[in-house]
Amino acid sequence: MDLKYLFRPSTMAVIGVSTSHDNHPANVIYNKNHLRYPVKTFPVNPRGGIFNRETLYQGIEDIQENIDLAVIAVRADFVPGVVEQCIQKGVGGAVIISGGFAESGNLKLQQRVADMAKEASFPFVGPNCLGIYAPDYVDTFFLPGERIIRPDKGNVGFVSQSGGVLVDQMVKFAGQGIGISLAVSIGNKACIRETDMLDWLDQDLETRVIAFYVEGFEKGEGREFIKKTEQCSKPVVILKAGKSKKGIEAVSSHTASLAGDYRVFSEIMKQYCVAEADNEYELTSFCEALSCYPKGIEGNIGIITLSGGHGVIAADVCEQHGITIPGIDPATIDTIKEKLSPEIRNIASLVNPLDLTGSSVDCDIVTSARHLSRDANIECIMALLIPYSPGISTDIGAKLSQVARNEGKPMIAYVPNEDKYKIIIEGFELNNIPVASSVDGAVLMAKALMRCRPC
Amino acid sequence: MLNKTVKKIIEKSRSLGWVLEPDAKAIMKLQGFDIPDSVLTNSFKTAGQFLKNCKSPVVAKAVSKKILHKTEQSAVVTGIISSDHLKNEMERLKKLVGCEAILVEEMVQGIEVIIGAKNDFQFGPVIVFGIGGTSVEIYNDTAVRMAPLNSNDVLSMAESLKAKQILFGYRGKTGVNMESLTHLLVNFSLFVMEQENNIESVDLNPVMCTKEQCVIVDARIMLQSS
Repeated sequence: MDLKYLFRPSTMAVIGVSTSHDNHPANVIYNKNHLRYPVKTFPVNPRGGIFNRETLYQGIEDIQENIDLAVIAVRADFVPGVVEQCIQKGVGGAVIISGGFAESGNLKLQQRVADMAKEASFPFVGPNCLGIYAPDYVDTFFLPGERIIRPDKGNVGFVSQSGGVLVDQMVKFAGQGIGISLAVSIGNKACIRETDMLDWLDQDLETRVIAFYVEGFEKGEGREFIKKTEQCSKPVVILKAGKSKKGIEAVSSHTASLAGDYRVFSEIMKQYCVAEADNEYELTSFCEALSCYPKGIEGNIGIITLSGGHGVIAADVCEQHGITIPGIDPATIDTIKEKLSPEIRNIASLVNPLDLTGSSVDCDIVTSARHLSRDANIECIMALLIPYSPGISTDIGAKLSQVARNEGKPMIAYVPNEDKYKIIIEGFELNNIPVASSVDGAVLMAKALMRCRPC
Repeated sequence: MLNKTVKKIIEKSRSLGWVLEPDAKAIMKLQGFDIPDSVLTNSFKTAGQFLKNCKSPVVAKAVSKKILHKTEQSAVVTGIISSDHLKNEMERLKKLVGCEAILVEEMVQGIEVIIGAKNDFQFGPVIVFGIGGTSVEIYNDTAVRMAPLNSNDVLSMAESLKAKQILFGYRGKTGVNMESLTHLLVNFSLFVMEQENNIESVDLNPVMCTKEQCVIVDARIMLQSS
């Protein structure tokens, strides 16, 4: 099945547009695409009529042009008929928004649609989903544009079994300045499933990190998924819901009770270097860090801070997550000390985490980052930049990014997420250095880089 | 030939739903894994002769289709050195529910580990490895990986245990032979892959590991309901 018509359509039919119900999902989808996206959009309703001074097509076959994507938002019972018409017209694929299938017990109806589509090699997303948000191409979410917060176009591909989680996560991505290459709510996943999306996103040039929200796999599907991640050239992040032990029945062997369903899931993700996020905050941090640094580290971090307290807090959180803060080579310390401003040379604490104090200036931070990067014990620099002291300029983000680029070691920054510090944040982010809005967030980014446990 | 015998044992055990210990161990032996020297008998004379020839104390276990968990039913006696003790315990074990024969084995010492397998709904065969013994569920110091395993997987499983120092040697005590352990785990995972359609779960618990070898002291194979 070729999925390009789903995610890169030139023409789209929205089936189910209502002449009387302005907030009908089909109306919202038609309006936003018709008005704001390059995709040429056609409204369809079997009863015909006039909508926004345009005549509705009574069937998809009435549209003269070839249709790449059909968005189906009609009552569940009518869906098989509509899918049949789409197949006959040679439509490239569909998003079935409608609910009323497996999620409400109508397994047979869903199977009927899935069987028809399979026979015709007709790909569809859903049913019971929000569908596709492909920035600059198409948006099948039935949520009015003014209600949702859309991240900018970026390099994270996100696939979610739940539409609600997807939209909520998009708000979080937008808040952290993380861009999306493609977001797909796969709903009941009767046709397009996680494994198909992994294939598509792996070859998609705009995607650098692939993230999933998964509730569960079918029989044997977890193995198929993990085997695909092994072949995948991009980092994969996963957030799993449904971790409770409810599913584990009284078991007759030690092994079965030791290896509950979630435990198995989680350990296998680790085995195959998939970064499992414990919650939505981790998911956000992991996506940002891995979109900048796809390669893994063992977990030896050098921390630079201007406040002893921040260093201690970071060290505590690092320990919780199994991240090491190794000692620094004495030669590195000597070099840094020699180059520090005379004002701080004797008050700065030059053990990891480095506390350069509130009296430090840009040059001290840059020097420390440069030489810490050259220390063989350190794999990644964490710069906790509290921009309150007068010695720190607005250029510090751009300057440190330059160091990271020259030295070739990952750098992660913490800068408070306030408008007045945006110039510092952008100095990092526009140069592909991830910035967290909390110390914890910065540590989670470092944790993401450790997704491959050293063997 | 090897597969035929395994198949035969599995078919024989299918109605019971699990493979009795002597049969399960026979399957493990066919895979090239070490099991203790043993004799399966109801005769005290045979058992006594085995004890006499044995350099170490022996263990006596009741073999019963009605006893899945032997410890709970007091169906295992360890550290037997005298023939009187052996005789008394054999008499007692024979009276346990469904007891068909007594398995008398040389008693093997070492670090107790558990090696297990489970046929997971989402991922198929997975392997569990950790600190073993009867308290395994209390400590739950285990690692899980998808089968088949490679030697790096085995090392990372061992490294991930809280009690990993016990395996690698601790306070002057020697650890386990990682080469034997790796051989056992990797080949066990291949066996489980091969028997994916028959097996529901396997417990090798305990496996006694020393710096020389790993010996499977107890084995239980739960079969899929056909």
